[in-house]
Formats: sequence, C-alpha cells, structure tokens
Amino acid sequence: MTAILGGRPGGVTSLQVDDELETRSRLVVVGNGMAGARFVEEVLERGGGEQFRITVFGDEPHGNYNRIMLSPVLAGEEHEDDIVLNSHDWYADNGVVLRAGTRIERIDTAAKLVHADDGTTTPYDHLVLATGSYSFIPPMTGVRADDGELLPGVHGFRTIDETRAMLAATGSCTRAVVMGGGLLGLEAARALQSHGLHVELVHAAPYLMNMQLDAEAGAILERSVEALGIAVHLDVFATEVIGGDRVRAVGLADGRQIEADLLVVAAGVRPNTDIGVRSGLEVERGIVVDDQLRTDDPDVYAIGECAQHRGEVYGLVAPAWEHAKVLADVLTGTDPDAEYHGSRTATKLKVAGVDVAVMGINTPERDEDELLVISEPKRGVHLSVVIRDDKLVGATLLGDTRKVAFLTQAFDRGTPLPEERITLLVHLSDGAEEVGVADMPADSQVCNCNGVSKGDICGAVSGGCGSVGEVMERTRAGKGCGSCTSLVKRIVEWAADGDLAEDPAASWYVPGIPMAKPALMAAIRERDLRSVSAVFAALAPGGKDDAKSKMGLTSLLKMIWGTDHLPEKDGEFINDRVHGNIQRDGTFSVVPQMKGGVTTPAQLRRIADVAEKYEVPMVKVTGGQRIDLLGVRKEDLPAMWDDLGMPSGYAYGKSFRTVKTCVGSDFCRFGLDDSTQLGIDLETRFQGIESPAKIKMAVVGCPRNCAEAYVKDVGVVAVGSGRWEVYIGGAAGASVRQGDLLATVDSPQAVITLAGRFLQYYRENANWLERTYDFVPRIGLEKIKAVLLEDSESIVADLDAGIQRSIDAYVDPWGQDGRRPATPGQFRPSLPLIPLPKVPVR
Amino acid sequence: MSLTDIRITAEHALGRVEEIPPGEGRTFVVGGEQVAVFRLRDGSLHATQAACPHAGGPLADGQTDVDVLVCPLHLYAYRWSDGSSTSGAAPIRLFPVREVDGEVVVEV
Repeated sequence: MTAILGGRPGGVTSLQVDDELETRSRLVVVGNGMAGARFVEEVLERGGGEQFRITVFGDEPHGNYNRIMLSPVLAGEEHEDDIVLNSHDWYADNGVVLRAGTRIERIDTAAKLVHADDGTTTPYDHLVLATGSYSFIPPMTGVRADDGELLPGVHGFRTIDETRAMLAATGSCTRAVVMGGGLLGLEAARALQSHGLHVELVHAAPYLMNMQLDAEAGAILERSVEALGIAVHLDVFATEVIGGDRVRAVGLADGRQIEADLLVVAAGVRPNTDIGVRSGLEVERGIVVDDQLRTDDPDVYAIGECAQHRGEVYGLVAPAWEHAKVLADVLTGTDPDAEYHGSRTATKLKVAGVDVAVMGINTPERDEDELLVISEPKRGVHLSVVIRDDKLVGATLLGDTRKVAFLTQAFDRGTPLPEERITLLVHLSDGAEEVGVADMPADSQVCNCNGVSKGDICGAVSGGCGSVGEVMERTRAGKGCGSCTSLVKRIVEWAADGDLAEDPAASWYVPGIPMAKPALMAAIRERDLRSVSAVFAALAPGGKDDAKSKMGLTSLLKMIWGTDHLPEKDGEFINDRVHGNIQRDGTFSVVPQMKGGVTTPAQLRRIADVAEKYEVPMVKVTGGQRIDLLGVRKEDLPAMWDDLGMPSGYAYGKSFRTVKTCVGSDFCRFGLDDSTQLGIDLETRFQGIESPAKIKMAVVGCPRNCAEAYVKDVGVVAVGSGRWEVYIGGAAGASVRQGDLLATVDSPQAVITLAGRFLQYYRENANWLERTYDFVPRIGLEKIKAVLLEDSESIVADLDAGIQRSIDAYVDPWGQDGRRPATPGQFRPSLPLIPLPKVPVR
Repeated sequence: MSLTDIRITAEHALGRVEEIPPGEGRTFVVGGEQVAVFRLRDGSLHATQAACPHAGGPLADGQTDVDVLVCPLHLYAYRWSDGSSTSGAAPIRLFPVREVDGEVVVEV
C-alpha cells in the first residue's frame, strides 16, 4: 500500500456538524496542492473558520506537501516526511474537511454542486478551483503502453508518487534520459546522477533554460552541467521510446538513439483545466479569472497554476500564494476590494554545483534600457542586470549568486539602485549588504516561498524572538526552499542591533540565563554552582529551569569543574544520557573509538560479532574513519558496549570526536612524516573533551592532504624536515572554509601543545554551538595568534592547565553507565511499543 | 457532539514515582495508548502521547522544563499548559496524571 504523506489513521478527518445546525456558508476548494492549501490557511488566518464550513478535495491521498522540494527528495537530500506542510491532522484540527484521494469531475454551476468521481455531490456557496498543473508528455511513439498508461520506466516529475517511483527505479536502473532542460529537468538530472545513474539530458531548444536565460548564459550553463558529468543534447526532440514492454532506449529526431532504462519527462507543465471546460467556464490556456480571481461564474474562483490572469499563466509557487492572499481577503471580507495585478517572477535552481538565479527579463526590451553584463565563461560565471528608469527589471546570476538577496529585493520592490551599477553584480566593499538590508522597505518580501516580508521578521524580533531559528519558526521564513536563510539571518541581526527593541538574549550564552559567557562562568565559580539545577536556581529569572539551556550548561560545568561537577541526566541531551547518537527511528548509533582511523583484525572481528549478535541493521564506515553501528536498540546499548570492550568514540557529542589521518610515512611513497602516530596521540590526549560544538581534527603526512586537514577545526600538515603546519577554523560540512594557518612548529609535541591551547581558548570563549569556523573569524586570526603564540594576555599557562584538568577528568562513559545505570530506567525504550502510523517501525 | 468525541477513560497505576527521575520522562503502554510520563524538577507530573506528532520522535527522550517539552529528533517544542507547539507542529495530546500514595496514576 502506498504510504500516505502527512496521513493519519482511519476515521474521521474532521468533526462533522449536522447540516441543520450549520450556519456557516459552504466554501469548497478543489485542489489540495500548494495553492489550495495555502488559500485555506489564509482563510483560517483571517478568522474564516467561523464564516465558512470548508471542504477541500484533493486528487492525491496525501496531506499538503511542498512540491518545490521534490527535487531534494529525489536527490535524497530531504526526507519526504519533512516536506509535509499540512498533515491530515492539521485539517482535522482546524475543522476543515479534507477529501483526499477524491477527484472532482465537474461542477454544476446552476445548482452549485460539485460532482466527485466517487458519485458524491457536495454543495457550495463559494467554489475555489486550485487544480494546478500536470506534467506535459509530448507525443512520442511508444511512450505509452496499450492501456494508455506511461510505459514502465517513463515518469513525469510532478507528484510525490512520481518521485517515489523514480527513487524506487534508481535501485535497478543505470542509465537515464531526462527530457527537458528547464529548471525541473536540470534538477531531476542532477538528482538522478546523485544516485549513481548515467544521465543524459535532451532539450528541444538551442540552449538550456531558454525560458529564463539568454543564449550566452545558456551556453555557459551547458558547460557547467556537462562538467558535472551530465551529457547534454540540444536543439533536438525525443521522438520515440524504444523497448516495447519497458524503456530500453530513447530515439531522437535526428536518428540517434540513447540507451536508457529510465526516462523522466520534464518538458513543461500544462494547467489542469478539464474541470473548467466540462463545467462551461471560460478557459483559454488556463481558467480565465479577473483581478479578484473570479471566473465568469460569480461564485467560482480559480487560483494558482490553473488560473489565467491578464493572459498570464504562472508555473511558480509565489504567484499562487499571492492569489491565495488576495482571494482570502476578498472572500472573508478582510479587504473586499483586494485585487491581484500580476506577479514579477523570480526563480532559482536547486542543483548542487550549478548556481542559477533569474528574475524578470534577461535582455533589454526598450532603447533606453540599461544592460550590464559580466561574463566569465571559463569560470562558468555570467551575471547580468537590466535596468529601466533606474529600477531593476531583470537579473540573471549564473555561477555566482552572492548578490541575489539584494537584487531580489531591488527587483521586488523597486528600491533605489546604486550609482555605481557595477556594485549590483560584484562586491566592491564590505558592508554593502548590510546597507542593503537597512534600505529594504518593510514590505519587501524576503521569503518568497512563504510570503514573509522584512517587516514580518522585524516584528518577530521585536516581539521577543531571540534567534534566527525562533524567527524562522514564528514567521515560517526560510521554511520553504531555504534559499533566503542567509538574508533572514542578516535582517534578524540588523533588527536586533538597530533601533528596534534589541533582543538581549543574543549575547547570552544560553537562552534561559541572562548572562554572557564570561559573566556566567565567573558567577558559577564565585557561587560554587556545580549542577545544572543549582545554576538555574541561583541565576535564572525566578529560578526557572529552561530545557533549551540545559545541554550548554552541562557542557560549561564539565569544563569548569571537571570531575567535580554534579552530573544530572536531565541536563544532558539524550545522546549524552545514553552515549549514542539518536536516529530518526529512535534507535541509536554506536561508534567505537578507533584512534587515527587505525584498527586491528581482532577489533574488526569483535565489531562484526557484536553487529551480528545485536542484529545491527547497518554497519557503515564514517567520514571520520570509524565504524558506525546503526540502528541499535536503546535497551541493548549497555550489553553491546560490554561486548565491544572498546571505548566510546564520542560520535554523538558536542565534544572532541576524532582525528582523521592519512597513511603518512609508514607506507606512503610521498609521506613526509608520521601523521598516523600524531593523529593517534592527539586523539588519545583529547578524547571525550566537551566543547561548544563538535571538534574534528586531521593530520596529513604531506601537503597532498589526503585526510582533508585543511578543512578541519584543527588540521595538521607535515611539510618536511620535521615541521608541521597547524591550521584552525576549517570546515567541510554545511559550511566550507579552509582553515587559517596558526603556526608552523617543529615537533609533534609542539603540535599537541598548540592544539590543546587553541582548544581550551575556544572552549572558554566560544558561544554555545559556535563552530570554530565561525569562532576564528569572529575573534580574528591575528588576535588568536597573539594570545596563543605570544601570550599577549598572559593566559597561556591557564589555558594549558585548563585543558589538562579536562584531560585528567576523562573516563570512558561506556565503562560507567553500562554497568550501573545512572538513573532508574536509563536504558528503558522510549520508542512506542506498538506500531504508530507515523513512526518508522524498527 | 459526535460519537468520535466520546471517550471512555480509566485510571491506571504505573508504579512508584521514584521510577521516573526528576526532570526525565519514561514511556508506558496503558489502555492501548503509549504514554510518556514526566516528573519535572518542581515535582509535578505530566503525561503525553509518546510519539512526537511531527515525525514520531520518542518524546520521553526529550528535554523538558516547567513550561515545555522538546522532542529529541528535530527539537519541536510543546507547551505543558495545553499541548500546543511553540514551533509550528501539531499539538500533542496530554493525559491527566497525578500521584496517589507515591504511585503515578494516569487517566487514559
């Protein structure tokens, strides 16, 4: 059975009220996609739940999900559960009747009834059509089987079910052809490639993304895409699917055949207008609507991709949501005169390795239009803007989208452009973007997915949201495609620092105690506070505890007091409570220590035995050169550690984790020094040490950098003659940053001393969860050098003593709690013990 | 009121209060429901559905304070006062729970 996305168990989806008791008018929405569901949200936000009895029909059995995130789902970067916008529960909780999986066949506009394919009829007072679009399948020989269905192996890319089918196919297919070199086709191609398929792209136009780009930019994009390993065939149609019972090859109009066992058709979408046609509404390309989204029937409206407004049909989410807002204003009476006057469209490509952002027009249309172009084909960069009457009317950013935030708001709101036009495309001075944020009008739309303005964000900050995360939660900014997150962050920072009510919590170490880290550390020492609950009692307003502060406080207390702190299990995150990394199904992953990535046959044998004994579903080598046993039941953890007989690898903690090494001088032909031994020594010394965020190190035996030392929190590189370079503040995760060279030293012992000194300085001065790649630039490399190398603040001795205190306090946690649980039921399962619909069953 | 709104509940004793450490939660199966019971540091008891409505996370493994419970998987937070989420998720279901002669008694 197909899993229902955002589903709920059988039973009612909403409370039904007897018709005779119902005083509300009947609002029926046909279509439960991004437009329909957003419209219902907008109506509810305006108090429409009291005005209307709302019924929503959806073709798909699922709740409402974020269709624009299907590409990341196909790429395996997002889980389908995480793209659910409104679950079935949400409809029930809001008193909305959801008829998911029920198709409306036609409307009887005279009787004001909708007829569903299950034979039921539903009366309406107001009807909103939000039927969206469908994947256009161009006529091709052999594309359909005899029953009219698409041939096995041919997929559209429009729904979660199509995405699931493609994902399933990636397991058995090896070669894919994607038809269509537009946004969706490119995203599909890259996603399929990420599953290891050989992908070829067939595009009927002379260059890629021809709807958005000019020929020159399209040619640069083509080279970037081919550099990713995706073959591109331009200016040619696919005319035939060869195979008979399933796809075996795709035939092109020029006679070539491309071998393939998967064909994805992303050749555009067409509005779903059948219902309008069958019901006698005026339909051209889409269902024709006026400025109030009304069709030619006064009680029937159309919004989203099925609607045609002033001749335009949109295939993007932002216009659909603008439709939803206007229509909700009109129908609820919030603003009966609200009107929609069209959208300015902007799009971004969600493809790793190719950055494209496009808005408005891409070439001048009038004699007086200004055009500014920077083109660096070799670098894959092509930037252009079109300016009319001192307003930005178009921009194309290919290969470098750093200016997209500023340009988007200039485009959306017509904000003044700088005299020096070149600054629209390149950074000429620091701080330009901050000025941009300050200059943005309050109603500038920041999050196009969720329609969140700068004013909304500032309002959330002044309303008490103390972090970017809180603002995002409150406003939903950044909760769509996520591409605006950096702009949201800058606005929040600007709002918190400016004339608006500043959020004092921004400088606090943890949200629940109004103190910056130095003051908090001083107070803890002065008052001899040794447990998290003692800190709350003494220092928190009203003595109240705060869940989100506990983990940071525990870490701080361990650093300050070492073994003399009073542990409290509820002060720890679950990972630290049971010394494993919680996984999405509530099981844990166990990573034994494997210093420097070196192991022995005996250890491997023991790990294998344990994995079999405890039925570990997955054994995986981690990026940090260790072995991860995934899917371990909580109740099995103590016995498993006992059987392993190896120390914890701390793969779960905000702590020092691992030192990755290359082979070094033992076996490598090029190794200049013994990186493996130094890695082992570093890992031995710093094992288990708490820190504001996770710490990863690496040591390499030569500048070939096989263990990626330049992108670690601390990276060590042998440069010959017994000398080692020490880099700090590198990262290669969500952020990528090459570390800064702190010093070149002439012995392994000097590396160990300097690494410890830096670690302790970071532990004492970094904010909670601040990685070294943020910490080092914030403090400044020169200052860190002065403090650690020249002892400019006379604290080096204290730093050395501080790290040594923590080193001395190390005890392998697996040896402790495993034999005697710290609290009753420490390892009792917290997983649901009977299957629940939303819980991945273990 | 529809039939679906009528719920027959019963009280269930879950064992000694001391079995739930202060500040932590434990999961029980009672009356066909999976219930996570928490003993806060102020001594109060709270009971909720065991699985997070967002993605089924084990709420008993979460962290809590006197106001909210935070799921360990994606840090969605829920208010003890009414079960509503501070972070945009669907609300959690709360169950009446109290201490009777040192025993945890939950109504499900």
